[in-house]
Amino acid sequence: MIKRLKSLQPSGRAIVIAIPFTWMILFFLIPFALVFKISFAELQLAIPPFTDLTRYVDEALFIKLNLGNYLFLLQDPLYTSAYLSSVKFALVSTFLCLLIGYPMAYAIAKSNPNIRNILLMLIVLPSWTEFLIRIYAWIGILKNNGLLNNFLIWLGLIKEPLMILNTNTAVYIGIVYGYLPFMILPLYTNLVKHDDTLLEAAYDLGCPPWKSFLTITLPLSFAGVIAGCMLVFIPAVGEFVIPDLLGGSDTLMIGKVLWQEFFNNRDWPVASAVAIIMLLILALPLAVFHHYQAEETL
Amino acid sequence: MNKSLSRRLIFFLSFGYAFLYIPIFILVIYSFNESRLVTVWGGFSTKWYGELLKDQGILDAAWMSVRIAFFTAWAATFLGTVAGFVMARFGRFRFHSGFASTITAPLVMPEVITGLSLLLLFVSMERVLGWPEGRGMLTIWLSHVTFATAFVAVIVSSRLREMDISIEEAAMDLGAPPLKVFFVITIPIIIPALISGWLLSFTLSMDDLVITSFVAGPSSTTLPMKVFSSVRMGVSPKINAVATFIVMFATVIVVGSSIFAIRQDKKKYREMQAAIQENLGQ
Repeated sequence: MIKRLKSLQPSGRAIVIAIPFTWMILFFLIPFALVFKISFAELQLAIPPFTDLTRYVDEALFIKLNLGNYLFLLQDPLYTSAYLSSVKFALVSTFLCLLIGYPMAYAIAKSNPNIRNILLMLIVLPSWTEFLIRIYAWIGILKNNGLLNNFLIWLGLIKEPLMILNTNTAVYIGIVYGYLPFMILPLYTNLVKHDDTLLEAAYDLGCPPWKSFLTITLPLSFAGVIAGCMLVFIPAVGEFVIPDLLGGSDTLMIGKVLWQEFFNNRDWPVASAVAIIMLLILALPLAVFHHYQAEETL
Repeated sequence: MNKSLSRRLIFFLSFGYAFLYIPIFILVIYSFNESRLVTVWGGFSTKWYGELLKDQGILDAAWMSVRIAFFTAWAATFLGTVAGFVMARFGRFRFHSGFASTITAPLVMPEVITGLSLLLLFVSMERVLGWPEGRGMLTIWLSHVTFATAFVAVIVSSRLREMDISIEEAAMDLGAPPLKVFFVITIPIIIPALISGWLLSFTLSMDDLVITSFVAGPSSTTLPMKVFSSVRMGVSPKINAVATFIVMFATVIVVGSSIFAIRQDKKKYREMQAAIQENLGQ
């Protein structure tokens, strides 16, 4: 088939490739170039609210690059700590997702094939329910007079309600809750392909289950672990909805900072510079994701 | 190896499913709460559904979302299927890895970045080309198609990789032109993937808040934008009623397409068994 496709007239093949590629270049790659460009512009009170980088003066082209936005971001400790705390939020949440998700994916992969589809469907279902709605659900649970506090007081475990909503704890709960299905699905896809005879052989030779898990299952599932972790970590770094709805005034996340620069301060050039630095931080995880994705698909 | 799960794993699974589902159940239950307070039970009532049906703002936003999602689903399924086919069947071409990375990058890209970059594109295009004029349904649709295409491409290409390539090869060897093979052989086999790709695109488009907020115009408020602005004002049972509709919608789609997929698998299995029987009989 591949050979036949290659023997096709190059034009036919090229057109098929070009249809989706053109769309993605136009609506995904070029926009990034524009963000890069506008991150060097200056704010001005006009529509659109930024200056042109190029200017014709006396029939000569002048390009003016303004590094001010980047200097501003690097000098203001608010931004550096927002980047750092976003990475911390994402790292800890990814680890927690792995801790909860791995045993679940393993159990589903090892379960009876008849109920496996139902178990898997129950993992997929929440991810098809609106993200915003699922995060909203936690507000009613975590509030000071919310269900969790009422339940704990009713049990007699606490006397005063715990302050959970509008704290970093709530943000962790939200990220783990929101992204857990994206951890489980690639792990399951990987684990379900494992050959049980390897484990049987190890078992027959007297290897204890925990050791065969550590020396056989875990290394074999490495690609799934990486894929799952990247699917959680990368979007979590730029998360906006969760810190906005569940976080407090001291919750610093860069996705929220970008949103505020854009919508509240209407400072498009600074918002662009925030996005470019975020992309630089995510460049390595993105490269890892694309490397492993060739082997591991959703 | 014992086939039954160990107790510890069953415990873990139950814990995990409880974590995933309890918030959703609470959300649905409290949509039937008489009281305005979301956390205090004041008796069973459907009054919030009545209030919801009277709220013209929410209904208009929902209608806007449904229209955008419908058109997004068709375009993303088309583009995503072509892209998935290229990824799974075209082997190595010059920009092969660049192609795959570009198509699938929207899967993980933080939405604030995608949203900002698309907005800057539309603003620049309007200045240079005069199109698209202003921002609204068209710009939202273009943005939704872009990220939904990535999901469809992944679904379609993984389905194509599982599929037995020899059937397509046989048709080619018998002289069928590639385009005919694609429509007569490939498409019918991967139709379940196309259906789930369509449904997923529709849902993704219905659900998107962040990217939509960047590229929407003043007159184009979608349902998630409406929900978000009222959630920011505080919790309200009316939002729980909206949430219940969304949960029901997702449940019907996911359960329906799972049943469809299981039936397809069983049908395929029976046909294979029948074919083997037939061959053995000869």
